[in-house]
Amino acid sequence: MTALDAKIVAARTVGTLVRRAGRGGGTSLPGKLLIALEPRAIGELAARLPDGCAVISATNGKTTTAAMVASILARSGHRLVHNRAGANMAGGIASTLLASARRGGRIDGDLGLFEVDEFWLARVIDELHPRAVLLSNLFRDQLDRYGELETIADRWAGVAAALPAASRLVLCADDPLIADLGRSAAAEVSYFGVEDPAVALPAMQHAADSKHCRRCGAAYRYESIYVGHLGSYHCPSCGQRRPEPSIRAEAVVLEGVASATFTLVMPAGSRRVRLPLPGLYNVYNALGAAALGLALGARLDAIAAGLEAVSAAFGRAERIMVGDVELSILLIKNPAGANEILRTLALEPGSLDLLALLNDRTADGRDVSWVWDADFELVASKVSSAVCSGTRAAELALRLKYAGVPVRRLRVVPEPAQALDAALAGTAGGRLFALPTYTALLALREELAERGHAPGWWAP
Amino acid sequence: MHESTATLRVCALYPDLMNIYADRGNLLMLERRCRWRGLGFALDGAGLGDALDPGGADLYYVGGGQDRDQELCAGDLVEHKREALHAAAARGAVVLAVCGGFQLLGHSYALGGRTLPGAGLVDLRTVRADGPRLIGNVAIELAIESRFDGVANRVLAGFENHGGRTHLGPGVKPLGRVLRGHGNNGADGLEGVRAGNVIGTYLHGPLLPKNAWFADWLIATALRLERPLAPLDDALEDLAHADARKAAGL
Repeated sequence: MTALDAKIVAARTVGTLVRRAGRGGGTSLPGKLLIALEPRAIGELAARLPDGCAVISATNGKTTTAAMVASILARSGHRLVHNRAGANMAGGIASTLLASARRGGRIDGDLGLFEVDEFWLARVIDELHPRAVLLSNLFRDQLDRYGELETIADRWAGVAAALPAASRLVLCADDPLIADLGRSAAAEVSYFGVEDPAVALPAMQHAADSKHCRRCGAAYRYESIYVGHLGSYHCPSCGQRRPEPSIRAEAVVLEGVASATFTLVMPAGSRRVRLPLPGLYNVYNALGAAALGLALGARLDAIAAGLEAVSAAFGRAERIMVGDVELSILLIKNPAGANEILRTLALEPGSLDLLALLNDRTADGRDVSWVWDADFELVASKVSSAVCSGTRAAELALRLKYAGVPVRRLRVVPEPAQALDAALAGTAGGRLFALPTYTALLALREELAERGHAPGWWAP
Repeated sequence: MHESTATLRVCALYPDLMNIYADRGNLLMLERRCRWRGLGFALDGAGLGDALDPGGADLYYVGGGQDRDQELCAGDLVEHKREALHAAAARGAVVLAVCGGFQLLGHSYALGGRTLPGAGLVDLRTVRADGPRLIGNVAIELAIESRFDGVANRVLAGFENHGGRTHLGPGVKPLGRVLRGHGNNGADGLEGVRAGNVIGTYLHGPLLPKNAWFADWLIATALRLERPLAPLDDALEDLAHADARKAAGL
């Protein structure tokens, strides 16, 4: 037994004990313990992966994009080591590697696939030495935890510039903050983007970020805006413009909360893809996944098939039957992400019954300001009932009131299990849409598991 | 002014740059609470390069921004809007400045190797310290006057997140006293600034949804109403205020 093997056994034992004690998922605890025992554990274990690893980061869509990439790579014959539950800081990544580690310096899997928290990206990449990195978007998010957007963009610029020439960097052409990371990269860069003015927004949304040129500070001019500040843009002052994407979505058709169909254009050809996940934001996730899949050697057929077969990641447009009510769970965590969910809900025919859960724990962001930047106005006239829950339930109810939902349609039930009951009882049309923040999602999922409606979220 | 004929005219300075902490929520509170009472509401914006009309609004609003945007606005404020803002304040218009906007009300904001100029509307200076940002839920107590109720002690609750430490000049009054949280600089127990109808504060979250009473005070003060505002059904507003106080540990 190597010295690392002994530490792995110790960390794993603690993880098992914690899980048996019923303390939730215990997703990142064994990894944290392993790092305490062996600070270089991530690097040492990742080095055991014969085909290396790939890293995904973004403000929004990390978990779903990684699920898409996993679906593509499974069709290309890979056995993945993948933090699929979304535990994406050092502890979670170490836990994932730990779970796959075998004695004698081996690991159960050939390729690592890791979504990484935007704040931890630099540190984790230093250890993982990924062969490909996908950076998708940067939006305003949890300012109390992450700080300003420009600060993260500066850190990421350092990460992108430091990638070795032999690695691949996959960037979203439509996000000016992201696209600019390709400027001084030694790595081989590929870009993806949407090209369909028919699905563009009529105007820039209120909470849009990054409206000014990263290089010279002048205001960008947008020819089309698709999501937040993502679109086709150029700087009238210094001439910086959106790079030409080699992986594109054209002829996009959005089909409510169920699906989206688009033509995936890649260097090797194009395919019509029916994505079983909703919204233009998931088309972006699919493009990022396709581009990363290509960078890792997947073929167009495997990419298209992988995208069509993807299932919703935990709490991301996941649908669960609860008795005779179809419950759709749509994680909301920042204005840009929430706006895409609300835009998708607005496409649904008929009225909406909502269960909205706002927590202010550390993982949610303690600052709940962001709900006032999200465009709840998009669905206000369609809401027939909304039960608001979580530690800041009243704030969310207030937001809906000021968005235009009549007070008689709003209820405040802070405790999530009671709120679920109230929402199910008040659902008229057989469908309920749950909009939880991150820790509220965990609580809701746990409650559903206890009632036998869904598997535990820590299940593989 | 008589309530039934009044319109609250609000001018937001740099609405597309200084809006980082959901400043829109503050404007939305003012708008809805006017309209529900049959008051008019008109919102105007003054961006980079725009002149400011010193008589054009009853309430001038400046929100918070990222460092880079705040720097753009600081230069523009001094060049294009400072005199108009002084004139507006001198005629008794309400100026409400939150977070980054609060910092720009003073003489200067020194951060890193450079110093941003301010409007000089109140005697205060802000310095970016080496220490951690001051982040968290916050509650302050303030004595506030109204022409109908006299002076009352009230609580404002919100969230603060600022790297700058603000120091008031001698004799300058804060908006309130810190009950929970950091306040202007984490040291002197003071929060915000109040000079007549000029108000600066680090409380966002946003401020007014968590403190509907203060939104009403601003409306009544900006319009110089002769009668109290009609009461509204504030059950949700009261709950949200109670939660914000609780989050701050009150």
